[in-house]
Amino acid sequence: MNGHLLLEILVAAIGAGTPFVYAALGELVTEKSGVLNLGVEGMMLVGAICGFIGMAKTGSLLVAVLAGMGAGMAMALIFGVLTLTLMANQVASGLALTIFGVGLSAFLGLTYTSIALPGVPALPIPWLSDIPVLGPLLFSHDILIYGSILLYAAISGFLYRTRAGLILRGLGEAPESAHALGYNVIGIRYLAVLFGGAMAGLAGVYLSVAYTPMWVEGMTAGRGWVSLALVVFATWRPSRVMLGAYLFGGITILQFHIQGFGIDIPSQLLSMLPYLATIAVLVLISRNRQTIRLHSPASLGIPYHPQS
Amino acid sequence: MKRHVTHLFTALCALACLVMVAGTASAADRLKVGFVYVSPIGDAGWTFQHDLGRREMEKNLAGRVETRYVEKVPEGPEAERVIRDLAKSGYDLIFTTSFGYMNPTLKVAKMFPGKYFEHATGYKLAKNVGTYMCRFYEGRYLSGIIAGRMSRTNQLGYVAAFPIPEVIRGINAFTLGARSVNPEARVKVIWVNSWFDPGKEREAAETLISQGADVITHHTDSTAPVLTAEEKGVYAIAYHSDMSKYGPRAQLTAVMHLYGKFYTDTARAVLNHTWKPKAVWSGIREGSIRLAPISPVVPEEVVALVEKTTKSIADGSFHPFHGPIRDQAGKVVVADGKTMSDRELLQMNYYVDGVLGSIPR
Amino acid sequence: MLRIEARPGPSKTMRYLSPLIAALLMLVSGLVIFTLLGKDPGRAFHAFFVEPVNDLYGIGELLIKASPLMLIGTGLAVGFRASIWNIGAEGQLTVGAICGGTVAIWLAQVQAGWLLPLMILCGGLGGMLWAAIPALLRTRFHANEILVSLMLNYVAILLLALLVHGPLRDPEGYGFPQSILFGEAATLPVLVEGTRLHAGVLVSLAGVLAGWILLEKSFLGYQIRVAGLAGRAADYAGFDRSRLIWTGMLAGGLAAGIAGVLEVAGPIGQLIDSVSPGYGYAAIIVAFVGRLHPGGIVLASLLMALLYLGGESGQMNLDLPAAVTGIFQGLLLFYLLAADFLINYRLVPGRRATGGRQ
Repeated sequence: MNGHLLLEILVAAIGAGTPFVYAALGELVTEKSGVLNLGVEGMMLVGAICGFIGMAKTGSLLVAVLAGMGAGMAMALIFGVLTLTLMANQVASGLALTIFGVGLSAFLGLTYTSIALPGVPALPIPWLSDIPVLGPLLFSHDILIYGSILLYAAISGFLYRTRAGLILRGLGEAPESAHALGYNVIGIRYLAVLFGGAMAGLAGVYLSVAYTPMWVEGMTAGRGWVSLALVVFATWRPSRVMLGAYLFGGITILQFHIQGFGIDIPSQLLSMLPYLATIAVLVLISRNRQTIRLHSPASLGIPYHPQS
Repeated sequence: MKRHVTHLFTALCALACLVMVAGTASAADRLKVGFVYVSPIGDAGWTFQHDLGRREMEKNLAGRVETRYVEKVPEGPEAERVIRDLAKSGYDLIFTTSFGYMNPTLKVAKMFPGKYFEHATGYKLAKNVGTYMCRFYEGRYLSGIIAGRMSRTNQLGYVAAFPIPEVIRGINAFTLGARSVNPEARVKVIWVNSWFDPGKEREAAETLISQGADVITHHTDSTAPVLTAEEKGVYAIAYHSDMSKYGPRAQLTAVMHLYGKFYTDTARAVLNHTWKPKAVWSGIREGSIRLAPISPVVPEEVVALVEKTTKSIADGSFHPFHGPIRDQAGKVVVADGKTMSDRELLQMNYYVDGVLGSIPR
Repeated sequence: MLRIEARPGPSKTMRYLSPLIAALLMLVSGLVIFTLLGKDPGRAFHAFFVEPVNDLYGIGELLIKASPLMLIGTGLAVGFRASIWNIGAEGQLTVGAICGGTVAIWLAQVQAGWLLPLMILCGGLGGMLWAAIPALLRTRFHANEILVSLMLNYVAILLLALLVHGPLRDPEGYGFPQSILFGEAATLPVLVEGTRLHAGVLVSLAGVLAGWILLEKSFLGYQIRVAGLAGRAADYAGFDRSRLIWTGMLAGGLAAGIAGVLEVAGPIGQLIDSVSPGYGYAAIIVAFVGRLHPGGIVLASLLMALLYLGGESGQMNLDLPAAVTGIFQGLLLFYLLAADFLINYRLVPGRRATGGRQ
């Protein structure tokens, strides 16, 4: 494999990993607040179709992004009402949200399967994109990919360098204490859930408007589930979410390249690679129990009501 | 436990009770034709072509047929119920349009001896079950000629779904077509293990392009490979449907499946009581396979060659799998002057010389 | 203004009423949706909820569709009660189908009564084996079981694809990805002539019964409940956490594995590359809608099955797009989950939340 091809694989891995970056970072914030939303796949799909409709109607990427994020938030709101206000089980509500989202997106998209979008042009950053290797790798993408990297920086900064981030994390650890300190636990969790929905929606927009760019039923093809897995894989740390997302994207691309080189391994085994690799890395990371304890929100998945 | 039992049961009853019973009227003396689709109809692809055929039949036999389709029917036990429900609700002729419906179709056909069933791409016939399929490979061969002539890198990329004979036949025919005009041409195949996953199809197409392929074709169901080719500035040959809308510059042509005539003929045969169970395998001659309009970037002499080959396939003077054909190891699989039989075609499980890689087993 | 107040104890009335409220909300939403789609709501409801089960065959279909859901749902409930999140039933079902199916293919010549039990045994073991991976990784390396079991779903489905495209493929099958049809002895007998209702439904019911005994009548079931309610208390009580993890995961794997065999030995009759239309995921919802109780799970599985059949019937009789089914299912589940809120809480007039549970 020559250097040029390796670079191409890495660039492709970033593209393939970006939907995971958005969805998993959003879910990470949700989970940090102590809420487990398994409905990422559904929110992503509804975001994808709404973003697509926005793009098709107006031709404006901004409208598409806002529509997708709004749709993801609306979906997350349903989940929030169910689990935060009505204290329904989070696992079941999340799964129901996915079923609903698959159906709703298919329904909304009935008349949009026939439309071709121009896609989102790459936006090489002047000067920087001319740097050998790093230029094409980091500075020649479309705006949604830059956005995902900025999102990473913003979330890392927010969680570990701001007071609000500290409150969010504390709330995921011990909601009772946060409540006792006078914080509105439910209100903050709502915000975290809505943020997760917006990011899942944006991940969908990236898929339907920039990556493929097209709308077809069920086009997320399990990426929402993988995003959920990546959050755990990353032990709730944003930097590891990025690593995991690109690793997953990279292995997906790599297995196609292995096939392309005619290496004689059954393609089904190659398709298993990203999943097996995720498990393997997770095991390696989890062996040290201290790291998991340190970063996983202690109240994850447990409903909280101020009165109870 | 009783408590839990009751409250959900009450819910079910309530649902049922509040429902009003409505009668259904059906138009008599018209042939009711049912279609079972494996995926949503969408705008291009396998199911879309079947639905085009259904609509064409409806137009051709206006007033004499009434059609209904059920989409997104999973292969397996679900299919049996859907097919049976169609038969039970008075559909006399039922087309089941995916390979996985074969055994369910046969089971239902046994239960409804007075109804007619047609199963696409299968190999089992029964007293009231026929099968039909297009000679997709004829179109593949023709498109291979164009791909072979248009490639500068001599590398052709093929995004494929599952290693079944139908797909392998297409790969081989495409390769033979390409190498008939360009002996240097090589075909690289990537299996995505899914009929339909636009993301993966795109990633596979991108991989092929970055490994040097400059003409991309696919045997998967979405338009993603054509879109990718358009974006990367290489050529594409679409499959199932004309996808020039998605790749106006990229698409050189498309291998189209056309079922309208077959559906019309079959429904007419049932109406005229002349239907018989047959294994229909129709191609260019019957109008079941056609190339979409060839892109203006293709030189005229190539178009002329394609047209000439089309004619000779149609009149039977030429067969894409006419010897000598060698497999990858160089072994002669079809001797000089021989033509592969339909049975051999149906069982094809090796790559011909010129395909890179090996078939997953 | 209304405010939420915790009830002193779970309301018995609401236990009965909450599903009714959900059903009522569903009817109203259905009315709105169908009217918006330009369909007569009466006919639509009829097509959705009556048509599928208005004959013996339809009832048989309802039961064979509910069968895997109730069996897997019960198995999962064992783990869920102890807060062990096995999301991998789809994969465990697939591996169960592979193991049971392989037995049927290898012993295709056998025409003996012990073949089916052997298949079920192997399928159950296969499902347990697949569930043992996340259990082992969880207890040995603390790897999160949600992630591992979820990832293994994809691996199992690819494994099945690999096998039916290769070693288990019918040599006479023109290379299509499917095995030979199972022999008579490897196929579950049909219970009612004219339907597809097969003996596997009885196996599922027996499984549910076993689950009920385990959960409600055994000391282990008590331990599981305590662990689920208060993990720390269970630790103090000296319950072995890893033993509970193993129990929870293996119960789900066993149930899903058997469900997988029953599918291939029942309505499918051979190994094909897709043996489940998502039963493993649907069963998770069934488990929760059934409130993690075997009795409730049976009812929830019937409801879920009816929604599936209704979706098909709606497409066939009313031209309702298949997509509407998903919306419908999602909504009903939302309502059921939301209405359960009324069991432990009530709405009372007033402004600020005061007081609470004693």
